[in-house]
Amino acid sequence: MKHNITLRIGPATFRIGSAWPQPIAQLAQLYAAYPDVRGAVADFTVRLQPTNLLRRVLRPSIFITGDHGLADAAPMSLAHGLLAAEMGMNLQMALGWRRHLLLHASSVEKDGRVLVMTGESGSGKSTLSALLGERGWRFMGDEFALLDCDSGAILPFPRLVSLKNRAIDVVADAVGEARMGPLLNATAKGDIRHMVPRSDAVARMDQGGMPALLLFPRFGHAADVRTLGQGEIFMRLTQASTNYVALGEPAFTGLTRFVRQVPARAIDFASGEEAFAMVDRLWEELA
Amino acid sequence: MSAALLVRVLRDPAQVGRLDADGWNRLLAAARAERLIGTLAFRLDDIAVPDGVRPILTDAKRDTAREAQQALWEADRAGQAMRGLGVRLVLLKGTAYVAAGLRAGQGRFIGDLDILVPRDTMPAVERALIAAGWEWVKEDPYDDAYYRQWMHELPPMIHVERDRMIDVHHTVLPLTARQTPDAAAMIADAVPIINGLYVLSTEDRIVHSVAHMLADGDMQGGLRNLWDIHCLLPDADPAALEARATHHGLASHVRQARRLAAAIYGDGACLTLWDRLARARLLARNGWGQESRKLLVFAFYLRSHWLRMPPLMLLRHLWTKWRKGHRPQ
Repeated sequence: MKHNITLRIGPATFRIGSAWPQPIAQLAQLYAAYPDVRGAVADFTVRLQPTNLLRRVLRPSIFITGDHGLADAAPMSLAHGLLAAEMGMNLQMALGWRRHLLLHASSVEKDGRVLVMTGESGSGKSTLSALLGERGWRFMGDEFALLDCDSGAILPFPRLVSLKNRAIDVVADAVGEARMGPLLNATAKGDIRHMVPRSDAVARMDQGGMPALLLFPRFGHAADVRTLGQGEIFMRLTQASTNYVALGEPAFTGLTRFVRQVPARAIDFASGEEAFAMVDRLWEELA
Repeated sequence: MSAALLVRVLRDPAQVGRLDADGWNRLLAAARAERLIGTLAFRLDDIAVPDGVRPILTDAKRDTAREAQQALWEADRAGQAMRGLGVRLVLLKGTAYVAAGLRAGQGRFIGDLDILVPRDTMPAVERALIAAGWEWVKEDPYDDAYYRQWMHELPPMIHVERDRMIDVHHTVLPLTARQTPDAAAMIADAVPIINGLYVLSTEDRIVHSVAHMLADGDMQGGLRNLWDIHCLLPDADPAALEARATHHGLASHVRQARRLAAAIYGDGACLTLWDRLARARLLARNGWGQESRKLLVFAFYLRSHWLRMPPLMLLRHLWTKWRKGHRPQ
C-alpha cells in the first residue's frame, strides 16, 4: 500500500498500510521515539483500506483488517484514522499472538516487580496505569499484559495509551500537551485521545518482570477492597485473555501458576487520589 | 504479484534465500491471506530464514497442530453422535487428510468439519446431531429452504458448547449444478480410517477436491485447494483416476486441475487459454494480502453462480438475495 509504516511495540512488529496518508503521518509523529525498524520482517500486517472503491475519496470510510480481521468490523471515519490503526494492531495481537498468554490488562513495574490491573473497558485500568507511570512506576502497557508461560514473567506492550472521555483532561494535565495526540471526537467509544508513554517505558520495552500483585480496579464506586477466591480469579483471567484457548496446555499451566503465586484484590475507588493510596498500601502489604 | 512469489517458494523453498525484508513481508501476507502459512512453515523447515521469521513460522505450525487436534476431536464427536444409526460417516477435506495422515494435511488450515453421508439418512443424521448439541446457524427461512431444496449439504450447524461448525454433505456438488457425481459410489468405496470413521478412496479424494475447486465456487482460496490436489495426485494411478473422474462426469475438470497443479506447483504444463485465466485468478493477491485483479475476480464470482444453477433460477435467487440486502464482496 502506498502509505505505510513499520512499528515495533515490545516483542511485536507491525507493518501498517493505509489507503490515505493521514493515519500514517499521525503514527509517525506519535511513535517517533520508538525503535527504528525500517527494513524489519513484521509479525503482522495491518491494513486500513476503503470499505469500497467510492469510500476512498467520498466521505472516506476505513475498513480495518490485516493478517487477521473480522468480516463484520464496523467502518470508521478517516478523522478517526489514528484510532483505526491502533485498533488494527490490537486486533492482530488479540487474534494472532501466540508467544505469550495475552491478558487484557494494564501493567506497571517498580523494582523489577510488576503490578497487573485487569478489568473491563471503563474500569479505570488504562488511566490508572498511565498516571502511575508518571508517579515513579514504569509504564508497561495499558491494553495487553503478556504472560510468558515458561518463565512466569510479565512482558511489556507499551503502545500509545488510549484515553477516553473524562480521563483525557486528567491525564493531559499530568503529562502536558506535548505528549498528547489529536482529540478524536465522538468515536464509537466516545472522545478519545492518545498519550505517548514516557521515554523510559519505550527504552525498556524489552524488559519484563515477575508479577507481584494483581488488581481488579473499578472506578466510580465508594472505596472498597475485596479478596477473591483463586477459582474466580482464574476464570476472570481466562475471560480477559484472547488466546488462552489457542495456546492450550501451556496457558493452563502458566495461568495456574500466576493465580497461585500472585496476591490479588478487587478495588473500588471514586477518585484518582483514592486509587493511588490503595495501590501504595496494597503494594506495601502484599507485593 | 505476491501470490506468484508464494507459489514459487512452495514449489522451491530454497528461493527464500534471495528475499529481503520486504519480500518476506509480502510472502507472509500472501501466505496468510491464502491460508497457506502453515504449509509454508512446513516447507521451510530445513531452510535458513532470518531471525524474525522463525518465530512466525513456529507459531503457524503450532496453530495447525492445534487445528488438527480439534478437527479430529470434532470428527470423533460427530461419530459418537451418529453411533447406532448404522450410517457410514465419511470425513472430507482437511479433517480427512489429517485423519489419514496424508501430506495434504500437513500444516493445513482446517475450518469446519465436513462429512458425507447417504442422502436417505439425512433426516436421521440431522436429528442425531441436534440431540448431541449442534444447532442451526442460519435463521433465514429462504436460506434454509434453499439449502434443503437445491444444495448438496444441510444448512451449516454449529455446536452449542464447542463453537465449531459442521457441514453435512449428501453429495459433491449442488443439485442444480451441471455435473452429478456418483455420491453413492464414493460412499460405497470409502476406506475405514479410525473408530468407524471413513475417508474417500485415493481417486475420489482427488475428484472431490477438484469438483470443489473447479466446478463450484469462485476459486477464492483456490491456491490452497490446488495445493491439496498437488499433494494428493502422486498417490493415485493416473489411469484409475481418469476412469473414476469419467464415471463422476468430471474428467475434463480433473485434467485441468492436473495441468494447473503442474503449472503452479510442479514441473510446468502446457496451458490452454482457459487454464491461463484460471491461473491469473488463482494468483490474484498482492503483497499486502489484498485481492487484486478485481474485474477478473468478479467475473469468476459471476461464473460460480452460473455454474451452480440454470439462468432463470439464478435470476430469481440473485433478486431475492439483493432484496435481503446481500451485496457481492
